[in-house]
Amino acid sequence: MNPVNYLYLSALLFTIGAAGVLIRRNAIVVFMCVELMLNACNLAFVTFSRMHGNLDGQIIAFFTMVVAAAEVVVGLAIIVSVFRARHSASVDDASLMKL
Amino acid sequence: MSANLAAETLAAYTTSSGEAFQFWVLGTVAVAGALCTILMRKAVYSALCLAGTMIILAVFYLANGAYFLGAVQIVVYTGAIMMLFLFVVMLVGVTAADSLKETIRGQRWWAVVCGLGFGILLTAGIGNASLTEFAGLGAANSAHGGNVEGLAALIFTKYVFAFEITGALLITAAVGAMVLTHRERTERAATQRELSEQRVREGKHLPPLPAPGVYARHNAVDIAGLLPDGSPSELTVMQTLRKRGQIRDVSDEALADLKALEQRSEERLGRDRDEEEANR
Repeated sequence: MNPVNYLYLSALLFTIGAAGVLIRRNAIVVFMCVELMLNACNLAFVTFSRMHGNLDGQIIAFFTMVVAAAEVVVGLAIIVSVFRARHSASVDDASLMKL
Repeated sequence: MSANLAAETLAAYTTSSGEAFQFWVLGTVAVAGALCTILMRKAVYSALCLAGTMIILAVFYLANGAYFLGAVQIVVYTGAIMMLFLFVVMLVGVTAADSLKETIRGQRWWAVVCGLGFGILLTAGIGNASLTEFAGLGAANSAHGGNVEGLAALIFTKYVFAFEITGALLITAAVGAMVLTHRERTERAATQRELSEQRVREGKHLPPLPAPGVYARHNAVDIAGLLPDGSPSELTVMQTLRKRGQIRDVSDEALADLKALEQRSEERLGRDRDEEEANR
């Protein structure tokens, strides 16, 4: 097996995550799908790092993890405060600014 | 792992067959977990499936020679982020069932079509790139004495500014989350007297809510009490159970079943009592 298979797996996971973002309407699940996409990118970075034989790819993946952690904290706080304001976690209900 | 590294330095076109086996087995599970994440209706199941996928990705990082990232993936993603998700699901989850009604017509099918197209595009792109040989991480990992040391050497020299900036980002995010979820009470909480006066003013329901199951045959909290005409009153079951849809059925058939059960147990008890008396 060639490590390029990890790239195919990463592409597959990214696609599944992207489809999930489009399909689901519960804000929490949408957020989980975004996390899945970030993880798929990390797998691609780690695989590239191995293919090229240097550690820069792993550094980028590490920074992605840090940024993902920060993003999750703020995103979940936003979801909780939106839920408090309108008692719904559906992304369709947040349409106050629609004409 | 040392066998893996040795294989990498020898053959730069293929990995060990053990790693191939691991990839195919765990890769299948990872994809299944990802699919479950987007297909499960309840957010808790989605979160658990995603946690499984993330653990498998950690194993893949380890197999790829990224030992530090493998550990960090488990600690940060499955340990911290997914547990945060579970906490929020618990806070929000009870009433947050995904409705199946489509607000944009045909959105789901178009989403699936777009996903398929995107996947084909990505796969074709990877397939077209000439990626037959790979260098392996053996040399890079051993240059500074190990994977962690190698990463540290890069983080604190070449990427030191990015590292500092992510530190600032983390602090900002933590403060932001606290500001967003903190609620200052701007007005005094209503006292019991004011609440009762409000109830009288509204005139909707003056006495306390009726207890569950008092008119039915059982005193369980999930059985709705029966009104004089025999219909169940949802008002008697507490709000949480009502929202979860966990009210037990009190239709005529269910009541008849219950009655038959009680009669059977009564007969059985009576028989036991008779036997006892006969023995005595």
